[in-house]
Amino acid sequence: MARGRAGPGEEEALSSRSPRGELVVAGALVAASGCALAFVLVYAFDGADTQLLGLSIGLCLAFLSVAAVVAGTRVVDQSKAVEERPRLVKEPLEREVTELALAAGDGVSRRRLLAGAAGVAGASVTAAAAVPLASLGPGNVAAKLEASPWRRGVRLVDVHGAPVSAGELEIGSYLTAVAEGADPRSLGASVVVVRIAAAEVQSHPEWAPEGIMAYSKICTHAACAVALFRYPTYEPTADPPALVCPCHYSTFDVRKGAEVIFGPAGRPLPQLPLSIDAQGMLVAAGGYSAPIGPAWWGVRRT
Amino acid sequence: MSPVRRKGEQRRQAPATTDAVRFVDERLGISPLLRAAMKYIFPDHWSFLFGEIALYSFLALVATGVYLALFFDPSVAPVVYGGSYAPLQGAHITQAYNSTLDIVFNVPAGLLIRQTHHWAALVFVVAIVIHLMRVFFTGAFRKPRDVNWLIGVTLVTLAIVEGFAGYSLPDDLLSGMGLAIGYSVLLAVPVVGGQLGLLLWDGPFPGSGAFVDRLFIAHVFILPAVLATLIAVHLAIIMRQKHSQFPGPGRTEENVVGTPLWPAYMLRALGMMTATLAMLFLLGGLVQVNPIWQYGPYEPYLGTNGAQPDWYMGWLIGALRLMPGFDLTIGRATIAPNPFFGGILFPAVVFGVLYLWPAAERRITKDFARHDLLQRPRDAPARTALGAAFFTWIFTIFMAGAADRLLVSIGFPYAGQVWFFRVLAVVAPMVVFAFTLRLCRELAASEATPLREWEGAVVAQAGDGRYQALEVAPAEGHPEREPVHGPPRRPEW
Repeated sequence: MARGRAGPGEEEALSSRSPRGELVVAGALVAASGCALAFVLVYAFDGADTQLLGLSIGLCLAFLSVAAVVAGTRVVDQSKAVEERPRLVKEPLEREVTELALAAGDGVSRRRLLAGAAGVAGASVTAAAAVPLASLGPGNVAAKLEASPWRRGVRLVDVHGAPVSAGELEIGSYLTAVAEGADPRSLGASVVVVRIAAAEVQSHPEWAPEGIMAYSKICTHAACAVALFRYPTYEPTADPPALVCPCHYSTFDVRKGAEVIFGPAGRPLPQLPLSIDAQGMLVAAGGYSAPIGPAWWGVRRT
Repeated sequence: MSPVRRKGEQRRQAPATTDAVRFVDERLGISPLLRAAMKYIFPDHWSFLFGEIALYSFLALVATGVYLALFFDPSVAPVVYGGSYAPLQGAHITQAYNSTLDIVFNVPAGLLIRQTHHWAALVFVVAIVIHLMRVFFTGAFRKPRDVNWLIGVTLVTLAIVEGFAGYSLPDDLLSGMGLAIGYSVLLAVPVVGGQLGLLLWDGPFPGSGAFVDRLFIAHVFILPAVLATLIAVHLAIIMRQKHSQFPGPGRTEENVVGTPLWPAYMLRALGMMTATLAMLFLLGGLVQVNPIWQYGPYEPYLGTNGAQPDWYMGWLIGALRLMPGFDLTIGRATIAPNPFFGGILFPAVVFGVLYLWPAAERRITKDFARHDLLQRPRDAPARTALGAAFFTWIFTIFMAGAADRLLVSIGFPYAGQVWFFRVLAVVAPMVVFAFTLRLCRELAASEATPLREWEGAVVAQAGDGRYQALEVAPAEGHPEREPVHGPPRRPEW
């Protein structure tokens, strides 16, 4: 222990020790045991109340910490020490290793040829080993990502499966609908249905009977559900009726085919052309006006 | 604990210790190793503790994570909720969400462990990031520690991915919204984005049951295993090279001055570990975090306002939000969808700068020497100023990620904030750079020439106890003069 002491004396180190420190450590350890016991009791008899459990185990650990810190700074030997840093580089040895490494090539005449051939072999084997990964797919990317259950005549149903009646939608109302018979979890299935005054519709009025429009509910920016509808309920206002995505606040003007008027989205929400069937229910008049969901390399814009 | 021995006093006989050491040595012969470990020197400095906090948080994560994995079921099988949380009864949910609700409401101590796990993840990344900044601003990444810096940057990257995977598992509304964004960012990868998204999710979002299995295996096995391995390598390299230290009396490039591991530092480290765990469990028990039962189940057609990710994703959300609205296209074909810029390019630049910094600094400063003594931030003004500007840039964008919350709390319009943060992200780093550079130089100069611009007399206590003026102040033109009884040139940190 005496080797390697630091210059600034042992006197100082010893003087920082306090005789009361040992009592503090013992006391803290007892307190920690008490808290640990309390934890067990709370778990067993008090219905494992989360707050009391956290408090008892937390205080137990805190007392342990006090014990360890006091022991580490007031009870045990505090003297500092000096250690030599290891010399990482030992030159003769380093040279020897280099020589050994180079010796592998001794007596070999076509080094570059062999190295090149080995490189080619390595690359080929790696490529061959990687090929079976293609079994995972993904096949036709665009077809899978653009998949949508909407065809002409598919009825709009709400999330409980009930058909959506055009007459029930008031101006300024907002509704989530899915394609009848489709998996509502698939990105192509869900649309937001909004109704504005028919005179306000500025883009494709033929897709918006009575001012009722449907847009893909999946944001073209990052696939969040476009869950907010801003419809001015008072006059005058500068803000047009718009769908807003709550993730990054892309804002789509519903009068103009969900054109992006704010936020990071790079293209409009695809619109689902609507018509009203003989029973007054909403049905699709065709497929989406553009690929739904977030964009990817090569996706075609319309 | 062995009793303290006063000088000259005989050590008490301790047959148990003797036997234990003999037992191990006879079988493994590792006395040399044990001696080296017990005598390993830790230089004392408070700023060295952040890495330790990260390490102990990781231990807490593994321990609580194992417990949670015993109850969690990573399955998208549909379930009608019939548990004890009344507001969700009858809801159509997945088994993953169902089993998480079960951990919260029915498993005794389940909520404590779950919340402690979540808090530990938050603290883990905080501690790593502060540790990274400490290492950066003290020049601790210089040779021979550059390799360990690269491992450290990899660790922070993986820690963020691991955290994201973790809070994506319960299949609550927030995790689903996060995954949707993650999916969109992956789709935005140049050339192969669509393929990657379909492969990882096993089909278009929200993917098949296979995706949840993959996420689970990544979160509980692959990433923790890689993290644990890299942490072990990180520590092994530190042990091999020994700790860096700040300059001070008796400290050189060739030695380490500090407290030996055994027993004092061991006890202090134990104290630090239990303190970290105490904080995590107190947070887990007393401070609610990620209340997934309030969020409800996720469906792709559901979203909510004011959704915020865990803090370490905030800088990416901010970047996604600040981007002007456009996709990069050639004709009608999309080349780079918008999330590419905030979700891929931005973190690539950030991590690229971090990865390349040590090599770049070596090239630029032509300093190829080994450095085991640390620098204070002022000792390398250019690095400190650039670093401060860099972290300010990231922090400004991070703040933009909370713009919707700022709107709610202070009423500053959202659209105005977006412009405010766009400008701030450019201006703030420049201002911080200039200010920090000046500050470092002033500090360094005031240390090198403590008497500059100073007038008056040096007063000191003479041997007989009287105070007297020793010398007139140095006239201007002698600014380099040292004070007679001034502070030491190199204060001890």
